[in-house]
Amino acid sequence: MEKYIFYVLALIMIISAIASVSSRKMLRSVVYLLFVLIGIAGIYFMADYNFLAAIQLTVYAGGIIVLIIFSVLLVHHIDMELEVAKKSKRIITALASLIGLGVFLTTIYSHPFVETTTAVTTTTADIGFALLSTEAGGFILPFEVISILLLAVMIGAIVIAKGEDDTEEEPKEPPIVKQEEPVEKKKELLENEVTV
Amino acid sequence: MIPGISITEILTLTSILFFIGIYGFITRTNLISMLISVEIILNSTVINFVIINKYLYPELLQGVVYGIFIIAVAAAETALAVAIIINLYKQISSVEVKETETLKY
Repeated sequence: MEKYIFYVLALIMIISAIASVSSRKMLRSVVYLLFVLIGIAGIYFMADYNFLAAIQLTVYAGGIIVLIIFSVLLVHHIDMELEVAKKSKRIITALASLIGLGVFLTTIYSHPFVETTTAVTTTTADIGFALLSTEAGGFILPFEVISILLLAVMIGAIVIAKGEDDTEEEPKEPPIVKQEEPVEKKKELLENEVTV
Repeated sequence: MIPGISITEILTLTSILFFIGIYGFITRTNLISMLISVEIILNSTVINFVIINKYLYPELLQGVVYGIFIIAVAAAETALAVAIIINLYKQISSVEVKETETLKY
């Protein structure tokens, strides 16, 4: 039963991924990406990693998709169709990707994987203890570094997206230019009058 | 582990997803579309970490924890990329790659 569910999920994910990188409507492309991410969450559920699947659903399907849709709606006209790369470029890229995929698959199928048969259920408490463990093999240092990274990214995103909107030097220059022209014109007019 | 599914089938699936992402990253000419392709690439690599942990070393947790870290870094990267794209759109009114040719300095 799980076998068929996995095959259906894999088919949905591959078709959605191809549609996502080749669709000419940008919003549809984002929605196809959403299908890919939900399929990945389904694979985590099938592999018995419930916590990771929940993270995948909340962070990706809940957060990142909303962020990308927000930026698409802010930046892009919905009716506009995306540009397509040149046909020769697409064909060359597809060929290179297929060659790389062939290399990957030959490596994977020639390597003897020693699969274990023991099924261990990882609980959320185990992951929490591993993240906060200070012993050998614990992950307390990367955990703290990630928290600092997220703080820095939050501040940086606000600063970058806000931008610099106040420029004090520019308004001073145009009036000077504007003042000079009328004076010269008046002088010319005066000279013309004098000569007349 | 998933009953009836060997590790090579899942690795095949993630390899296909990875190269679909690379194909999209090279052929797309729009910054947001390239961001979408990067998301596909990152997600396929996270599946690799998690599945190898599950199938080969089920009593360890390294793969899961690295998966969580990759997801956190990917979220940070997306937030920064969206901020940069919005700032770029305010300056040149376009998000096409070929029109972003000048840096600040």
